[in-house]
Amino acid sequence: MSALTDRLDACRAEGRAALVGYLPVGYPDVETSLAAMRVLVAAGCDVVEVGPPYSDPVLDGPMIQHAAAKALEGGVKVDDAFTAVRTVADAGAVPVVMSYANVMLQRGWSRFAQDLVAAGGAGVITPDLTPDAAPEWVEAARAEDVDTIFLVAPSTTRERMKLTCDASRGFVYATPLMGVTGERASLGDAAQRVVSEARAAGAERVCIGVGVSTGAQAAEIAGFADGVIVGTAFVRALGDEGDLERLRAKVTELAEGVRSAR
Amino acid sequence: MTDSLQSAPGPYFGEFGGRFVPEALMAALDELTDAYDKARIDPAFTGELERLARDYTGRPSIVTEVPRFAAHAGGARVFLKREDLNHTGSHKINNVLGQALLTKRLGKTRVIAETGAGQHGVATATAAALMDLECVIYMGEEDTERQALNVARMRLLGAEVIPVATGTRTLRDAINEAFRDWVTNVETTNYVFGTAAGPHPFPAMVRDFQRVISVEAREQMLALGGLPDAVLACVGGGSNAIGSFDAFLDDAGVRLIGCEAAGDGVDTGRHAATLTGGRPGILHGSMSYILQDEDGQTQPSHSISAGLDYPGVGPEHTWLSSIGRAEYWPVTDAEAMEAFRLLTRTEGILPAIESAHALAGALRLGNELGPGATLLVTLSGRGDKDVEQAARWFDMLPEGDA
Repeated sequence: MSALTDRLDACRAEGRAALVGYLPVGYPDVETSLAAMRVLVAAGCDVVEVGPPYSDPVLDGPMIQHAAAKALEGGVKVDDAFTAVRTVADAGAVPVVMSYANVMLQRGWSRFAQDLVAAGGAGVITPDLTPDAAPEWVEAARAEDVDTIFLVAPSTTRERMKLTCDASRGFVYATPLMGVTGERASLGDAAQRVVSEARAAGAERVCIGVGVSTGAQAAEIAGFADGVIVGTAFVRALGDEGDLERLRAKVTELAEGVRSAR
Repeated sequence: MTDSLQSAPGPYFGEFGGRFVPEALMAALDELTDAYDKARIDPAFTGELERLARDYTGRPSIVTEVPRFAAHAGGARVFLKREDLNHTGSHKINNVLGQALLTKRLGKTRVIAETGAGQHGVATATAAALMDLECVIYMGEEDTERQALNVARMRLLGAEVIPVATGTRTLRDAINEAFRDWVTNVETTNYVFGTAAGPHPFPAMVRDFQRVISVEAREQMLALGGLPDAVLACVGGGSNAIGSFDAFLDDAGVRLIGCEAAGDGVDTGRHAATLTGGRPGILHGSMSYILQDEDGQTQPSHSISAGLDYPGVGPEHTWLSSIGRAEYWPVTDAEAMEAFRLLTRTEGILPAIESAHALAGALRLGNELGPGATLLVTLSGRGDKDVEQAARWFDMLPEGDA
């Protein structure tokens, strides 16, 4: 068990799904991004995904690419991500990090896990790292009791679904559609299918990410998933101007969504 | 088992290579690996590829001795492996025909590709036209400006060319965008990767499709009197170089030299000499050397040659470098352009600026080794696409046009 699973289970006990919010650190600048993460927590996110910006984010759509590029132009460092983790923990939500592999490798798999724990973080989501690709990461994370959160997709084979769910701790990150991060009009059946496949493979907790942008979608997904992950819609609401009130309104909409399902 | 270094199967070359990609692509990469493993031993596939190489590409490509050029290389004998004479003008067609045939075997109807200089894009668009495949090419916006002629060629061939305006607007961003397309459309689409980098099976598969360069050249050199003292080729991602090296890997007396783009000079920071100035990291699906800062952010590369302007390098090259089997030399823009001018003026052969980096390496090595040395240089492409850029470099454009 971990702080992350405790929180997801507490949400389940309340009869609702958890709201997981993503923001890249450093967008539009480091100070504003930290304030924005506090807004996420205050307005109803149970878990906050902190994204250290990376120069080559292959699984991100235009909005998050733009935010990452702007953050890097502003001089954001990976160290700032750990500051953000501490900020989220102090604000009362469970912090996790969503990081591309090279950022972790350059710090060192073990040191990355240790720095995360020292900052109060619970786990790491790895969009371009599968469990079979980096046993070193899984080993380092286990040694520090850091949750390893891996992704599954509609294209994931039954064999890989089992492998991935077995190696995941905290939750399994299910993407209902093929594609990069961004808002989608409809998620529907595909989301339900990938969640049930993950559960059939033994996943105890499954959260849905990629494509969720409205309270109505959150409500729909909260009917069958343990958590709803929202990134692009929050980044867009924050915007280059760092509009915390617009962000607060968006988070509130999604927080009501996850609470209106059951 | 033998101790042969040839045709290493991957996914790992020493500690380099592997497959670091989103889970969404794993099934497609497994499917591609499986299809390729079957195809490479299927006479129907290898026979069709050989037929295309002969009747479409124009293989075997010839070897040309260039004595007037060699007079500037310390009196060494210099031979060129003429991949510039292939259909579409570079070595890229060797790989593309193989991957396009595989696409048909997979039952997919659409191909995507990245391109830097445009040569791989042109080759892919060509194969797509030949084999009736829908074709989308991602190209950095800066490269579409540097290589406008190749953009037009691709469009004439029926491909859609999408300029990529994110990041550094070069090859690296084109690859990112192609991966994003593939994640979204993997069911119908095959990614025809242009260089011997990326996730497994690309480094080994692209090497196998380019291996024909060294298989032919080795026989041709033996017929001309013996193995060369060194084989030189330019290295961006490294597909022509790995294809030029593979059949020579077990010939201990043959030095293998990859010429990287040193841009303004490695010490200026404006370069693309990954093995000289980089360190280990993960980029575009594999572990290799990359140009990066202390946080792991990829650094912008710089080269006059769009085809070498890439901050990574294929993992097999990193391995060959780490075990000392191959050497990697930095060659600046200025050195490459001097070699470009020299070959054109002494032999009447206009090389691609990419290939001119290997020619510059030959000039340097020839002067080191002196008379009696025999050097084989892969001329990976022809310079037609580079005429405007070279004319600007040498200040040869009519006044008012520059």
